[in-house]
Amino acid sequence: MIIDSLDITADQFATGTGWDIKTQGACKAEVCVPLAPSVRFDVLAVAERLRMAVVHDATAGLWAIGPESLGDRALVSAQAPELVLDDINGVPFRLSSLRGQKVVLVSWSPY
Amino acid sequence: MTGPEASRSYIEAAAPQHPSLLDPTHQLDALFGVVNIPNVVWIDEAGIIVRPAEAGWPGDRQELPASMMASMPKVGRSRTAPRRPSGVPAADVLKSGQDRSHYADAIRDWVDNGAASVHALSPSEVIARSQPRSIAVSEGAAQFELANHLWRAGQRDLAIAHFNESHRLQPDNWTYRRQAWSAFSNERVGGEFGRFVQGPLEGEEDAWPFASDFRSDVSVLAEGQYYPATL
Repeated sequence: MIIDSLDITADQFATGTGWDIKTQGACKAEVCVPLAPSVRFDVLAVAERLRMAVVHDATAGLWAIGPESLGDRALVSAQAPELVLDDINGVPFRLSSLRGQKVVLVSWSPY
Repeated sequence: MTGPEASRSYIEAAAPQHPSLLDPTHQLDALFGVVNIPNVVWIDEAGIIVRPAEAGWPGDRQELPASMMASMPKVGRSRTAPRRPSGVPAADVLKSGQDRSHYADAIRDWVDNGAASVHALSPSEVIARSQPRSIAVSEGAAQFELANHLWRAGQRDLAIAHFNESHRLQPDNWTYRRQAWSAFSNERVGGEFGRFVQGPLEGEEDAWPFASDFRSDVSVLAEGQYYPATL
């Protein structure tokens, strides 16, 4: 996720990364990673705990938080993460709206 | 290419019954481990992934139209591209690996047999077979996201530096490479096919800002290395 300040909320972090901050820790699907107690949300501490790289571009005034690298694999759970993308007319579509059907998710590019 | 207009003609020509979505920030890379296209993920009725991102096709390889190939400008090579040609023709590298003709049948088998299909994997197999992701790969993703963001904001020099870092950090992520080369070539060459020119124009090698290019990178691969077999 791209941010222009490290002062973000747990809700913003969850929206950008898919990791919810709960009482038991940072959670995605059935996986929860315990966090050290803190008064307020500390994005750098949580990113380090989840083994997410944080890259800063001082000229642009931006940070990018990479995906988790727990277990050294792209997936930490077989539960499909939520994916929300626009269709070609700008209408958002949620992958989870297809629950109850088999889904073949194909990625392609016009190049 | 990230804007809807790059995809609109293809989607409208195919007129699919399924949803066709745009992924300008490459969420499929971060969320599912997609590193090349085409890549396919199978998800069952309960929302459980039964095959992680892998190369997959509807049928045998189709060549680009001859008229299109004839209109492509002459392409050189990046000054810093690898110089260790494997000797395997690029066409053989690109068509090898996954058995394209059987992939759709594997999907049909899963549709018919569900979890009993030999192609449906257990959750632990799905996780184990998903793409490797070290902290360096996470950094590559962050570098790429910054690059993509800055490119779309018009900050070309900053974007190119981050693109090159993402390529260095995750060398086998072809979407990072091809996105950068394609975006640059599309602006330099223009026209209907500019985005397919993923290397410097011949004679313009010094103006190419990336460490490598598509033709050079493919030329050092052996068969099966561009699209690994997974079935």
